Amino acid sequence: MDSFTPVPAAIGGALIGLSAAILWLGNGRIAGISGIFGQLLPPARTVVWRLVFLVFLVGGTFVAAYLFPTLTVHPATLVEAPKWFSAGTPVWIIISGLLTGFGTKIGNGCTSGHGVCGLARLSTRSFVAVGVFFVVAIITVTLTGIV
Amino acid sequence: MNKSLNLPYLAVAAIAGAIFGAGLYISGMVNPLKVLRFLDFTAIPSGGWDPSLAFVMLTAVIVMFIAVRIGKRRGAPMFDTAFNEPEFNKIDTPLVAGAALFGVGWGMSGICPGPAISLIAFWPQDLLIYLLALFVGSYGGSIIIPSGREKRLALAR
Repeated sequence: MDSFTPVPAAIGGALIGLSAAILWLGNGRIAGISGIFGQLLPPARTVVWRLVFLVFLVGGTFVAAYLFPTLTVHPATLVEAPKWFSAGTPVWIIISGLLTGFGTKIGNGCTSGHGVCGLARLSTRSFVAVGVFFVVAIITVTLTGIV
Repeated sequence: MNKSLNLPYLAVAAIAGAIFGAGLYISGMVNPLKVLRFLDFTAIPSGGWDPSLAFVMLTAVIVMFIAVRIGKRRGAPMFDTAFNEPEFNKIDTPLVAGAALFGVGWGMSGICPGPAISLIAFWPQDLLIYLLALFVGSYGGSIIIPSGREKRLALAR
């Protein structure tokens, strides 16, 4: 388990929780990225704060990477498609993006909205969603052999 | 004036966004391969499994859990009149099917929506097509499943 990084993981997780806490106690909004991203589309009522949140999310990543350059890999590429998938990595990535966009839209949330905020709110829907997407993702990784 | 254009409201969004982005980098979750190394349970017997993601989720949920309790006591957020808490609470087909489809998409690339945005800071090859696909998929979902609580409740009946 040489790649296991419990301390940065716990600190980073606490920061993600703090971010969700600030957005909740400040604006009464759930820090669910798929929702914030997905509702940039029409019919979107409150686009401005969503754009501000996302732009600063990129900025926060950038600044953290500048301050702690060796803490984490700075990915230059995405993970390549498995060798058996002859159509190539871009097609694989497109399918992954389409499924994630569609699935998080109809399922009303992703790892942050259901995972962090929903579990913390003790939402039954979120417990079901988190159980389903973690199990399916683990099965997907196993069956595709992508790692 | 629209509350969502108030400076404090937008400042909260900015601060929360920046901390979220820093958290994704520091936790290592901005790296799709690290996420996949968590999801790869076949590596457990060989000792190659990376349980870091579980630690990220654990501390994030604990901090947010405390915030939710504080919010219940206060009754309302600082810069709005009420918490935007999802009221729709039925376990319906779109929830389960959506979570399953997301699970496939996540397992294929190790990317979920938060890190997808966070990765813009490093602009890896193929990220743009991922983001476009994410956008198109989300738009497709919004056409098929109507948004708004009343419509969802009507659909679930």
